[in-house]
Amino acid sequence: MNRGSWLLWGFVATLVLTTIMAGSQGLRLTRMNLPYMLGTMFTPGRDRAKLIGLGVHLVNGWLFSLLYVAAFHAWGFATWWAGAGVGFVHASVVLIVGMRLLPGLHPRMASEQHGPTVMRQLEPPGFLALNYGYRTPVSVLLAHLAYGAILGSFYAMP
Amino acid sequence: MIPIQDYAAIGDGRAVALVGRQGSIDWLCWPRFDSPSIFAAILDEDGGSWSLGPAATARVTRQYIADTNVLETRFHTDTGTLAITDLMPVASEEDKGRLLLPDHEILRVAECVRGEVTVEMRFAPRPGYGRRPGRVRRAGRLGVRVEMGADLLVLRSDLPLDITADGEAAGRRRLRAGDAVHASLTFADDWPAVLPPLGEWSRAAIARSVTWWLDWASRLKYDGPRRDAVIRSALALKLLVYAPSGAVVAAPTTSLPERIGGDLNWDYRFCWLRDAAFTVRALFALGCSEEAQAFMDWLLHATRLTQPELRILYDVHGNPPMEERVLEGFGGYQGSAPVRIGNAAAGQRQLDVYGEVIEAVVLFVRAGGTLDRDTERTLCAFGEYVCHHWQEADEGIWEPRSGAAHNTHSRVLCWTALDRLLELHAQGLLRCAPAALFQDQRERIRREIEARAWNPALNSYVAQLDGDRMDATLLLLPWYGFEDAAGDRMRGTYARVREELGAGDGLLYRYRTVDSPGEGAFGICSFWGAEYLALGGGTPGQARELFERLCSYANDVGLFAEEVDPSTGAALGNFPQAFTHVGLINAAVSLTRRLEGAPPLEQHLTPQSGTDPHGARP
Repeated sequence: MNRGSWLLWGFVATLVLTTIMAGSQGLRLTRMNLPYMLGTMFTPGRDRAKLIGLGVHLVNGWLFSLLYVAAFHAWGFATWWAGAGVGFVHASVVLIVGMRLLPGLHPRMASEQHGPTVMRQLEPPGFLALNYGYRTPVSVLLAHLAYGAILGSFYAMP
Repeated sequence: MIPIQDYAAIGDGRAVALVGRQGSIDWLCWPRFDSPSIFAAILDEDGGSWSLGPAATARVTRQYIADTNVLETRFHTDTGTLAITDLMPVASEEDKGRLLLPDHEILRVAECVRGEVTVEMRFAPRPGYGRRPGRVRRAGRLGVRVEMGADLLVLRSDLPLDITADGEAAGRRRLRAGDAVHASLTFADDWPAVLPPLGEWSRAAIARSVTWWLDWASRLKYDGPRRDAVIRSALALKLLVYAPSGAVVAAPTTSLPERIGGDLNWDYRFCWLRDAAFTVRALFALGCSEEAQAFMDWLLHATRLTQPELRILYDVHGNPPMEERVLEGFGGYQGSAPVRIGNAAAGQRQLDVYGEVIEAVVLFVRAGGTLDRDTERTLCAFGEYVCHHWQEADEGIWEPRSGAAHNTHSRVLCWTALDRLLELHAQGLLRCAPAALFQDQRERIRREIEARAWNPALNSYVAQLDGDRMDATLLLLPWYGFEDAAGDRMRGTYARVREELGAGDGLLYRYRTVDSPGEGAFGICSFWGAEYLALGGGTPGQARELFERLCSYANDVGLFAEEVDPSTGAALGNFPQAFTHVGLINAAVSLTRRLEGAPPLEQHLTPQSGTDPHGARP
């Protein structure tokens, strides 16, 4: 594995993904905010949650890029479309499986079945994260396609 | 539609909702004052509303919890009494750090306090001024949702709600003494919504909000006549402060008419520079230095882009307001069409704003504030702009749509601008000022005002140069230090203003022109009358008697609109109106100082600029 290339392009891809998601929020396409959702696992304070969540999100992005790199090595090549393909699978898993599981994993997230409580008040994302706006799946998918395409394009196979 | 004065306001420093006496929230724009409406039944029956109250007819009493903006309305029916608490929750920074709280929430708690009462709720949102599609749908235990693109409204209540064929949510329940229903409406536009639980959590939110407001009100410094009215005015003003930027909006509503059935319907959900000096003075006088500082920061930031030219109004972030347009399909309050959003006055020219802004800065400095070099340069640029443009016609403080004129008030404010800049210069705070130019122009302005704005035949100053009409702004000449309140010229002017603009019982019209037929007496102008007496134009007793009489025109919870119908006492115009409450506070402060034998606030704060040999103050 080319560790330097993974560290650099894993970080860049994560930044781009984060920017696309934040841009989607700014353009009022979605209310999904991964740093905020991650941060509220650790603290209810909004400002601190966003900061902590951003840190966790960047580390997550780096770690997830390892899976992409593993796939490239398994295939013996890394191209933008191969990366985008992994990104498509990644986004699908996040949207279809991850979002449904999130209320069970997140200590401050409410669920449709149990409603909000003193501890759990955060709106759950629902299937495909549609609760955060019906364009959310498109934003998430585009962000992950870009994430994978960057890794596939720029990761230098040893 | 119910009378304007039958509304009370709740808010959280971002938005304000109007709650009617019968328990209906008929006005709400989220997420901020000038956002499109969620509820607008005050402007059109189909504009959307959220009602909560007894099913039976009731006698209604209401009040704010003392020194807070938490509203309590009691419905006395034949079978029992229902008490509804309405608020937009607020919390301390410490609470925000330890609790997950919604960005935007209205909380309503209805409790049966006597006998039995059937309570009803009807939730009929019409987002985007009634134009944005938003279907109410169930979300299981998460309440009912209205999705508007990525924006989301969530209503949660322990009152069972049905979705009606009209796409509304409605429910009713019989309550016995001690029973309560809770309802929380939240709005999310930026990230996943926070959905607060009900019951004890709701009561904790009320307690937090009451504590927050009490803590804020406890810092107010006022111990004079009608303390209740002054504190309520301060609380109303605080509702109109947009907390993230410090801007103060003129009112949270649009198009509540100045004339029932007429077309004097304007959008006031913006920030007018003309209000700057009045507002800063009121805030400092009551000890709200944080709010005054924040407002000054906003003022200097907002004006940065257009300096040295100033626009007359900005939005809460210092941007030009949206373009004025008519909301087709909205019938208007009691048929007073059109309903406008945006404000075309933004394109007008008002030379008085230079004086207002500079006066606000000087008040800030007098209260201990300091100027950085950028601000110094900005002030000098304003002064030079005034020197080059004071001879020109402008629309003036009242923004008539009938064209520009040579307004006395604007001239006096140009004089004020240069006078205050020279004051700063004399104190060594404005090193870049071209003092000789400012002094020369200040004297020229004074000479012109004294020659052309004084009408010897009327023994009065007049609204426009070489004119013969009156304007209530003439009462401000002592306020700005241009004339002595006790001097012959001001006494003559006051008598003439009373004669021409008096609306009875101490009320004053702002002017009487072709622009004004049918409009009500102007709230702040009436208080200017009381303040003029307090500044030396009358005896302390006269000033106090008039001030207290004017205070009685507030509604039952102490709020004022822009105007008062002199024949009925009804409120007219946008509501609640910062300008009127600022006028009340300033009049109260001047009156108190007069009663205490202290010099007027202006003179008290000012280190007299005796170093200026050309000082033109009386």
